[in-house]
Amino acid sequence: MNEGRRKLVVVGNGMAGARVVEEILKRAADRFEIVMFGAEPYGNYNRILLSNVLNGSQSATEIFMNPLSWYRENGIRLHAGVKAMRIDRERKVVVGTRLQKAALAYSIQDTAEPDTAPVEEPYDNVIIATGSRPFVPPMEGFGGPGTFLFRTIDDCSRIADCARESRRATVIGGGLLGLEAARGLLTHGVEVTVLEAAPQLMITQLDPEAGDMLRQTIEAMGIKVMCNTITTKIVRTDGRITHLEFKDGTTLDTDMVVVSTGIRPITEIATASALTVNRAIVCDDQMRTSDPAIFAVGECVEHRGMLYGLVDPIWEQAKVLADVLTGTRSDAAYQGSKLGTKLKVMGVELASMGVTKPADANDEVVVYREPRRGIYKKLIVRGGEIAGAILLGDVESAGTLMQMFLAGIKAPERRADLLFGAPTGVGLLKVADLPDNAQICNCNGVSKEQIVAAIQDKGCHSVSKVGFCTKAGMGCGSCKSLVAQLLESYLGEVAYDPSEHFYVPGIPLEKSQLVGEIRNRGIKSVSEAFAQLTGGTEDPGSKVGLASLLKTLWPGEYEDERDARFINDRVHANIQKNGTFSVVPRIYAGVTTADELMRIAQVAVKYQVPLVKLTGGQRIDLLGIKKEDLPGVWKELGMPSGHAYTKAFRTCKSCVGTDFCRYGVGDSIALAQKIERRFQGVESPHKMKLATAGCPRNCSEAYVKDLGAVAIEGGKWEIYVGGAAGGSVRKGDLLCTVETHDEVLLYMGRFMQYYREHGKYLERSYGFLERIGIDTLRKILVEDSLGICAQLDAEIQKAVDAYRDPWTEAELPVYPAQFSGPELAQVLEVAENNG
Amino acid sequence: MAKVIAAPITLGSAAAIPLGQGRCYVVAGEEIAVFRQRDGRLFATQNRCPHRQGPLADGLVGANKVICPLHAHSFHLETGKGGEPAECVQIYEVSEVDGQLVLNMEGVAVETCR
Repeated sequence: MNEGRRKLVVVGNGMAGARVVEEILKRAADRFEIVMFGAEPYGNYNRILLSNVLNGSQSATEIFMNPLSWYRENGIRLHAGVKAMRIDRERKVVVGTRLQKAALAYSIQDTAEPDTAPVEEPYDNVIIATGSRPFVPPMEGFGGPGTFLFRTIDDCSRIADCARESRRATVIGGGLLGLEAARGLLTHGVEVTVLEAAPQLMITQLDPEAGDMLRQTIEAMGIKVMCNTITTKIVRTDGRITHLEFKDGTTLDTDMVVVSTGIRPITEIATASALTVNRAIVCDDQMRTSDPAIFAVGECVEHRGMLYGLVDPIWEQAKVLADVLTGTRSDAAYQGSKLGTKLKVMGVELASMGVTKPADANDEVVVYREPRRGIYKKLIVRGGEIAGAILLGDVESAGTLMQMFLAGIKAPERRADLLFGAPTGVGLLKVADLPDNAQICNCNGVSKEQIVAAIQDKGCHSVSKVGFCTKAGMGCGSCKSLVAQLLESYLGEVAYDPSEHFYVPGIPLEKSQLVGEIRNRGIKSVSEAFAQLTGGTEDPGSKVGLASLLKTLWPGEYEDERDARFINDRVHANIQKNGTFSVVPRIYAGVTTADELMRIAQVAVKYQVPLVKLTGGQRIDLLGIKKEDLPGVWKELGMPSGHAYTKAFRTCKSCVGTDFCRYGVGDSIALAQKIERRFQGVESPHKMKLATAGCPRNCSEAYVKDLGAVAIEGGKWEIYVGGAAGGSVRKGDLLCTVETHDEVLLYMGRFMQYYREHGKYLERSYGFLERIGIDTLRKILVEDSLGICAQLDAEIQKAVDAYRDPWTEAELPVYPAQFSGPELAQVLEVAENNG
Repeated sequence: MAKVIAAPITLGSAAAIPLGQGRCYVVAGEEIAVFRQRDGRLFATQNRCPHRQGPLADGLVGANKVICPLHAHSFHLETGKGGEPAECVQIYEVSEVDGQLVLNMEGVAVETCR
């Protein structure tokens, strides 16, 4: 052990505790011997992302910030699962107790492991970072089976387990976390009701009007909302929850209850150690408690009368404390924080910062409402600066507003520019113009200076690499576009990195952001997209993805620029390794005729087709055809394109069904032909291969197709989605069982359209299905939980109506030289070079 | 022994290359890809990708780059430099004169790569 090192004991290894240790290590790696107490038996994790764990979009392991190995690598001793109980300030020792495995980390009652000796750690300095525990309003019956808090990874898994066996779930608390919990529960296929005691949702962050609009948005997702509702009793029969009783005497049936009604700081250790505790542990501007050797940070702190429950202020506190403790800047002072937040509920766009109401008549209030699209924007300007803002339904300007709000930048004279951007199209705020100490990532507290250092000194040339080095963009992700702007201004370009979630590599936007830009700006062609979103740089690697997206977003209105298509889609055939092409005519359901076969044979002979091959999709493939021969081949085949070259509906193969088969119980051939005639050529994020099977013996492999229909006894059809039997093998999930061919067409079309709208480019249906979840899909597509089925049906009908056989371009090429081979140039002089 | 073309060659109307695409011309037995970028810039390179001989004229073009249709190797059209280490393509001078494409291979050895 290093003699000169001071010993630092950190009580709590949540986000605040771990963060302050990281900040200390950055400043002086060897100054302290560090010991941490953590009541939860894990390394620390990003609590902000817990709702993602509950809704299944991230796994628990993905949200760990510092795995247990981090503690080892940095020489930190962690007492995991040990709760620090008191600080013996005379002996300068922190005393801890090992908790029982099943103990709640934030419980007030001690559930110490029996017969274990207390853990003692002598210290020079202590940092208390105990955080907070959920607050539960007084009600009878909370705490038993079926009741939950929403605070830790363990809470998430307990809630998810219970939801699987429940039909109805109730969330008490309509704040930020309560709504995130409700949305998470929805993904587990339960009916969800949110109860709020106040007259509106998110009362801390929203005014009544925005609260009401948010309520409508939440209800449209299929979550029931009841405001002005106070629960007095959770009623059980035979140990199982049956219903809730409210203060006004009414009741609500439910199977489980999640309470998310705010937090209270954990201060027992401070009280037990005779430190000054008011609403929380009182600290000065250096984060020092009433004992100069003991500091505190995070949600357990009261600073100038304020308590903070968001990450931003806590990161600021951690930096100040690290500066003070290491002596890097011993006069560093925490001055309090401005607050802004973003709701991370899937399907809801909401940002709020600062005050929600004007303080007096001098405050300017700017409001924009567009109720039909659920858009509400409100700004409060005080002394020429933004004092508060609410953005609902469209949060595009939230990043800029937040930066201006936090930095106290003067608002432009035309206040509307704050909400809609300046009419010149010039951004209001260029990240390059921000001061070096401006915080870019508000989740992880990363400044512009740190990001620029990572770009210039550490060779981080992509958004994800910057994230890896600095943690910028690793929280809610909303600052990624600012990081990209910085990369562009310091490097000229952002390196392509497939791990990023940009829809296309050349435009630093995720699919939802890109769709928003395209819709808002009315972008209808690929060149227009580049002109508006990249300043005209036409990244060739982004053209095809953009074309696919635009075509889906603007059926019939899309301006088709052929140079944005991959060669296959320019010439409607699949390029082969020697530059020739393959031709697959459409053979509906794999059923052909002698006449068609003769025509195919004649074409194969006439054009000396080198290889004629039967495909896995019950088609005939003619391989090795020259580009200039394609129009002739198509005309002589007299059959439509089989679309075997593109990201679209490809094939629907079938078994022989009822016509000849001894076992068939459903007419799979007729169904497959109907499916194929309806959906031929419908484009999608990736190819779609389908099949129908006349009985569950599955000869046509319908269980492992992107979409499959399987006939079962009783004249019914089972519809399977998300199957695969290529590089990945996966049996599809049963979406629903229906009676008629028409219903099969209806649900298949609905799934296709939802996949077309929400799938990432080149994401196959099985990846999409696993990302969204079959339960959620079934709710949306079968039970119509979002109320969008009619719209999906109408959109797929538009795509079906827009079908035109691309092989008719054989008669009339759309541009000169579409099907031209190499052009022989007239060379006048050729000299031999002998030198 | 490499062939050298002594005088500029007219390849016909520039409009024969669709905007934003490339087209393959055979010049003295060599395949040359000529590209007309959307901003109006013209470029010429050897047609065959050095990786697996994919036809670059059928590739995707933009931002002064072409992406080969076979395995997505990319090349800078101004320098011939490839995205993969040690890969490059021969580039040639091409311009538009009175609506006609003029390729100048004067003094440039075909099928070498700087």
